[in-house]
Amino acid sequence: MSGGGLTTERPMGIETEFGVLHVDLEERTRAGAGSAILLSHLTVAAYALLAPAEGERGRRVRWDYGDESPLRDARGFELQRAAAHPTQLTDEVKDAHLPSVELDGPVRGSDVAPEGTDDEVLAWAVHRSIGNSVLRSGARWYVDHAHPEYSAPEVLRAREAVVADRAGELVAREAMAIVERAEGIPDVALYKNNTDGKGASYGTHENYLLDRSVPFEDVVAVLLPFLTTRQVLVGAGRVGRGARGSEPGFQISSRADFMEAEVGLETTLNRPIVNTRDEPHADASRFRRLHVIIGDANLLEESTFLKLGTTSLVLAALEAQHRTGAEILPELRLADPVAAVRAISHDPSLRTTVELADGRSLTALQIQREILDAVAAVADRTDAETDQVLTSWGELLDLLAEDPMLAADRVEWVAKLRLLEQYRRRHGDLDWADPRLLAIDLQFSDLRPGRGLFGKLRAAGQVRTLVTEEEVAEAVTTPPASTRAHLRGQLITHHPGAVPSAGWDVITLAGEEEGHRLRLADPRQGSAAWCEQHGVDPVADLDTLLTALHRAVGDR
Amino acid sequence: MSQQSINAPRPGDDEENASDAVTGGQTFASAQGADDLLDEIDAVLEENAETFVRSFVQKGGE
Repeated sequence: MSGGGLTTERPMGIETEFGVLHVDLEERTRAGAGSAILLSHLTVAAYALLAPAEGERGRRVRWDYGDESPLRDARGFELQRAAAHPTQLTDEVKDAHLPSVELDGPVRGSDVAPEGTDDEVLAWAVHRSIGNSVLRSGARWYVDHAHPEYSAPEVLRAREAVVADRAGELVAREAMAIVERAEGIPDVALYKNNTDGKGASYGTHENYLLDRSVPFEDVVAVLLPFLTTRQVLVGAGRVGRGARGSEPGFQISSRADFMEAEVGLETTLNRPIVNTRDEPHADASRFRRLHVIIGDANLLEESTFLKLGTTSLVLAALEAQHRTGAEILPELRLADPVAAVRAISHDPSLRTTVELADGRSLTALQIQREILDAVAAVADRTDAETDQVLTSWGELLDLLAEDPMLAADRVEWVAKLRLLEQYRRRHGDLDWADPRLLAIDLQFSDLRPGRGLFGKLRAAGQVRTLVTEEEVAEAVTTPPASTRAHLRGQLITHHPGAVPSAGWDVITLAGEEEGHRLRLADPRQGSAAWCEQHGVDPVADLDTLLTALHRAVGDR
Repeated sequence: MSQQSINAPRPGDDEENASDAVTGGQTFASAQGADDLLDEIDAVLEENAETFVRSFVQKGGE
């Protein structure tokens, strides 16, 4: 196969659950994890209801889980007339059949926050269990179990994903700042990490839209060796080994010790390397959503970039293999993937080999190199991002093979390890069980300005950056142009009173006389280019907009 | 494994990026930078690391 022309482009996105703590030590010690849900609600409500950037105080756009009925239109785009009155449209929102729903209780009384001071609004929000909102960026900002979660808007490229992911850090910061300013409300600290080191883990999930026709067993066969070994490039590092950190030492991935199965549906127990959850939030006859739960929360931009970029390329190779029948990806069946995830994570020297079913023993770097070579052979290197991903992938494999410390400015676990080693040396070769090293690990991901140690590394120029602070700040309130997040975010921004709710594949528009539910079953529909092509101007007045949308679906 | 990128950082564990740390003076400067950073970390690290670590308790998520 030659000139396959594969690129990183595909609908994808990242969801981040933040660690959440009382700032006050006494309250923290007294409450333990018992106040996690309260703090999560405060955090989510603070930004959703009180951030000036999100528009009118006290109002939010509710989350819509969407319909389960298949679209009637095979093009995957339709506009349905909905109930007449905006309040009914709000009630129609199906908030009631998915796991996190109980946290956004049924509507009793007004859904609009009362007039009042910040603390009054927050008290109302906690009482009402306000736990869901859609932001101007097209992101979902909500309470998932006992963590605030930022589901970044859908994007098509790895670099866009980095920008959208970093914007989530700014949302978290603003939420903390609003809570801090409110009188009589306990201050909150948020951490972009994945474990408390005491047995609890929370996720940073990636989502990739994938051709439905690729047999899932092929997806599993390709992803098991890839996901098991990619941690050497994109792991965030962790102090402590074992889910409860019972064994002292440093390891490469913060999630490795929580992976217990090869394949499965669960995410909270018996976590699998390949997750089978498949709600595509798109036309299920054409697409599958691949939900990747093994990844670490990353602060280093190149790590996020590579995580999304390499995974998207591997999936593209898999799709091409299925489409053409050509052998593209190497056969790399691991003898025991779950054991391999841990063995690799527990060896920062990267010399550990894992056994393959064919009898070979390879290091994680060797497995990644085989996958990279196979993908590079069919990739479109004239595509700038694809070339950048492949170049960075290869450079980092070389550096890590020579001496992992050479990659300390580009690989997150190495950046963390270098800092820990410097600190250990300064304080007389500290033992890995020393609480100061555990504290450094936790504080590495503290998102408060001036507190987070990763932030200090970045400020000191010790880690590379990929995107500018300006574009990250802009992405807090501006949706990506490349997907339906554009239309969602622009409508929320320009018609704040007319969008009572939205979800990944549905937007409700409430007019004076009648409402509409717009369904977008292909994430590329609703992009800035799509809108322009269909004469849909999200800034136009509502009537003009609805006429244009009707024309776009061929209704009128 | 032979190709070394022109952008690759150089050996050593304390320079900011490949363009620095060419001369001894600059290496010294960035080692100084690492020291400053460690000072800053000492200043910002939770006062009682043991209590902090013990009190960092989360519920599982996802």
